[in-house]
Amino acid sequence: MMATTVLLALAESQAENLSIFDPAAPPSQSIRTLSVLLFAITGLIFLLVEGILIYNLVRFRKTSAGTESEPPQVYGGQPIEVAWTVAPTLVVCILVLVMTRTLWEVDVTASQPKPGDHALFVTVVGRQWWWEYRYDTYNGRPLGFITANELHIPATTDSAHRPVFLNLQSADVCHSFWVPRLAGKTDLIPGQSNHMWFETRDHGLFLGQCAEYCGTQHAGMLLRVVVDTPEEFEQWLKSQLAPAHDDPDALAGKKAFLSEACVNCHRVRGTSAAGTYAPDLTHLMSRETLASGLFPNDAKNLERWVADPQQMKYGCLMPAFSFSEARRKDIVRYLTTLH
Amino acid sequence: MSLAVEPKVDSEIAAAKTEPVRSWPATLHDWVTTVDHKKIGLMYIGMAIFYLVVGGCEAMLIRWQLFYAHNNFLRPDTFNQLFTMHGTTMVFFMGMPILIGIGNYLVPLMIGARDMAFPRLNALGFWVTLFGGLLAYFSFAVGGAPAIGWFAYAPLTEPAFARGLGTEFWCLGLIVSGIGTITAAVNFVATIIGMRAPGMTITKIPFFAWTMLWTSVQILIAIPPLTAALVMVMLDRDFGAHFFDVQNGGSALLWQHLFWFFGHPEVYILILPVFGMITEVIPVFSRKVLFGYEFMAAATMAIAFISLGVWAHHMFCVGMSRMQDVWFAVASLLVSIPTGIKFFNWLATMYGGRIRMASPMLFACGFLSMFLIGGLTGIMLAAAPFDFQLSDSYFVVGHFHWVLIGGTLFGTFAGIHYWYPKVTGRMLSERLARWQFWLLYIGFFVTFGPMHISGFLGMPRRIYTYEPSRGWEFLNQLTTIGALIQAPSFAIFVWNVVWSYFKGRPAGDDPWDAWTLEWGTSSPPPSYNFASIPTVRSRRPLWDLKHPDDPDWKYE
Amino acid sequence: MSASQPALSSATAIPGGHSAHAGAKPLTASQWGMLAFLLSEVAFFTTLIVVYISYLHRDRVGPTPRETLSLPLVIGTTICLLSSSVAIHLAGMALERQRQRLFCCWWALTIALGVAFLAGTIYEWHDLIEVHGLTIGRNLFGTTYYTLVGFHGLHVTIGVITMLIVLGLALGRRVTHANQIGVELVSWYWHFVDVVWVFVFSIVYLFGR
Repeated sequence: MMATTVLLALAESQAENLSIFDPAAPPSQSIRTLSVLLFAITGLIFLLVEGILIYNLVRFRKTSAGTESEPPQVYGGQPIEVAWTVAPTLVVCILVLVMTRTLWEVDVTASQPKPGDHALFVTVVGRQWWWEYRYDTYNGRPLGFITANELHIPATTDSAHRPVFLNLQSADVCHSFWVPRLAGKTDLIPGQSNHMWFETRDHGLFLGQCAEYCGTQHAGMLLRVVVDTPEEFEQWLKSQLAPAHDDPDALAGKKAFLSEACVNCHRVRGTSAAGTYAPDLTHLMSRETLASGLFPNDAKNLERWVADPQQMKYGCLMPAFSFSEARRKDIVRYLTTLH
Repeated sequence: MSLAVEPKVDSEIAAAKTEPVRSWPATLHDWVTTVDHKKIGLMYIGMAIFYLVVGGCEAMLIRWQLFYAHNNFLRPDTFNQLFTMHGTTMVFFMGMPILIGIGNYLVPLMIGARDMAFPRLNALGFWVTLFGGLLAYFSFAVGGAPAIGWFAYAPLTEPAFARGLGTEFWCLGLIVSGIGTITAAVNFVATIIGMRAPGMTITKIPFFAWTMLWTSVQILIAIPPLTAALVMVMLDRDFGAHFFDVQNGGSALLWQHLFWFFGHPEVYILILPVFGMITEVIPVFSRKVLFGYEFMAAATMAIAFISLGVWAHHMFCVGMSRMQDVWFAVASLLVSIPTGIKFFNWLATMYGGRIRMASPMLFACGFLSMFLIGGLTGIMLAAAPFDFQLSDSYFVVGHFHWVLIGGTLFGTFAGIHYWYPKVTGRMLSERLARWQFWLLYIGFFVTFGPMHISGFLGMPRRIYTYEPSRGWEFLNQLTTIGALIQAPSFAIFVWNVVWSYFKGRPAGDDPWDAWTLEWGTSSPPPSYNFASIPTVRSRRPLWDLKHPDDPDWKYE
Repeated sequence: MSASQPALSSATAIPGGHSAHAGAKPLTASQWGMLAFLLSEVAFFTTLIVVYISYLHRDRVGPTPRETLSLPLVIGTTICLLSSSVAIHLAGMALERQRQRLFCCWWALTIALGVAFLAGTIYEWHDLIEVHGLTIGRNLFGTTYYTLVGFHGLHVTIGVITMLIVLGLALGRRVTHANQIGVELVSWYWHFVDVVWVFVFSIVYLFGR
């Protein structure tokens, strides 16, 4: 099964890896171990039962020159009934024990942040159809900035474990956070806080997407988890904590942005734009993608987006604003300076 | 072999023999006003086949949209409406009606009764169920079907997120058809317990009747909570209530608990009658009595009860406590034990027999091989941490289609091929049946097998498109091709049913040399079912008649 | 080949339809049907009650049960409803003894007590809406209270209408001692509605206040 998976994954050129059988973090590792046992047990049961079925069909097939008399009628047999009740019960007991152990390994309750714990605490707010990340604490230090759609985390190294604790909330409907190589999924339920955790030694990009149907663009709510080295992460934190860049060359665009409806929904820290409904744009250009992972974040896509988001992500909650071309270009110029 | 002695209902028989050919308005009037369980059963089946085609077309549209990454054949909201209605249709307007219809036709015949306990209630139940189906589809006419998924998680169903009247009609349609389903269950319970032939104690009823009885108990316990929950959704949407209105203290999880409390027994409602049908077919085509009737009966009851306590295995990812997760995982794993018992008893029935691979048995073997796999993937999903990864992924879509099509549909086809001669007096074409079977079997593997793999590769369900770089496109294309292989098999089936009605080989009363009471009357049965109600002494009354030297009642 | 019916052994015969009035007779098909229907009603009301309990005291706004629910009135309506169960039982006994007119009297009294219950409920709701401002949309209490008590009231109403039909038939001598199965089933339904009220009353007006 795993070989097939790998083969099929390789068959797609440059396929990105979201396989649950290629874990990069303890929760998904525990689940893979469990799944190996599950495959083994169910595989054996399959071979046994299917084998008996095929044997019956071959051995007891009515021959064309068959007699008219009926075969011996066997009404039942208590010993064998007991046997094939007890045997599955034993199998179920084994499964229960193994499963419970995995459950305890995976389902860790969040601890409180403490100085020196090297732990990152992020509150994830699911929204139709993007991810809001509120960075709460790292290594005991309160942070307090808000980003969107790309989650940066530090990698575990030999010097320290750097677990990431996510506090999952929803601003509207149910969503689900699923990055298969890092952990199983946990739902974001409006009205409650759920918790999950993971840590990884691997640098790079881990992908996933929303896994609970949440409306029109459920398919367009992609997840990107960027794992930095601890030093890169500290750098990133510093740049995110800073207020927005104020490029004098983009002054016209900034004025346009701040006088249009953009500020009703978007936030740019350090300006008067303090909207809370839409993604925080303070360091927009530090993100690689737009629209929750759907498009590369470059000037061309930004301009297309500002011109008519519905053309790019039908049904998303940002309307098209009928800016004149000049005004639009100014605004986009401003956005491209928000590093 | 006929059980007819002296007709007691002389005038009715005389009238039936001299009846002239009727005009089509008269025939239509007869069917619309009938309270005969056989005609009502056929109407349920007709409704189900109609909705099978509708739901199948929805599926083909879905599969075409998913053939290419970033395909724009369908708009996202159209796709979302289609998968909502596909699921709703197949569960409520296809799966349940076809099983209730087959049960309606057969149960009185099998227990030696002339009709169901409440014939007029029976007719009401059918028309109400049909009306519910029409109401739900009316949503397309009032601005679009709801795009909420067949399990309609709150608060997606709140007016802020599900605009338009589609959701109202969906709720109404399910409330109304739910009432129809409950009346059918009331009828089955009253009939099976209160109207059996003399000598047929409750432990001697045909196994299909036993499973219909426990299916009915599940319906009576599981459908009303759904009805209540749907009423709550409508109260939220149209009367300002706050059941699932999270902003005002309502709970999104409450809906999930209520829905799945219904939703899990629902899938057992969809499979228990099929277990019953398979249990009728396998003994007859192995030429052996069912091995372990008592254990099979007890296992059925165990499944009916345990399945009422497993519902939150659909909710492993919502943040329940570990103890809750353990409870529901353990209960879900436990239900595999009585299911396994059934499997072994079926295999033991075949063992040492003389297996005749006519089309009913072919489909029954298809059922056995498929349901085994679907059941095993279910056992895997019951292990909660495994479900943390694969819940809401295409692995689950593969799993449930495997048990619903591989289980319910294959088993239903086995039943239809078995009892068609009784209903129509003609045999279905074996050749067409084999074509149907192999196209369906192979197409089915190609459609749903790859889904398990795309689940492993991280593909969630209910997405109208996907990124081409995630390695899912080839698997989706396989699935769509598989659907294209399956589709003709349904056309062949419909053609077989229609063609054989006119041109099939005459069947006679008992073409399969079977043993239960329905084979003791003519094919098709007269409107009064039996000339005189027989007295029985064992579970296989016709075996006793055919083997007076070695009757069953000596061994039971 | 003619059929020789196997002889009836000592197997228990389960006849359908009419059964002998003696000792522990098995239930008829109609009785099983009503029991099956009542099972579905148990599931329905259990759901509404579970939802009521799960939302109890979870409100942050609006009138609470303690502030709004008036015990004296509801004790009055409860007495009406519970007495109606006694009345319907006496009606059934009268019909058994072929006392047609006495049956009609007790039956009519049952209906009157049921109507009194409904009138009391309407009065109570009028008070809740106009004086306390408790509507179904006010808060969780309003939502769950009106749904639970309302569906119970709906079942009482259906019972009253059914009993009126039976009364009409009885006055026209179409329901008599000879065909009292319908009366029996309706009285089972009525007793069930009363039992549900005992639960609703205890949970809403006693436990929940």
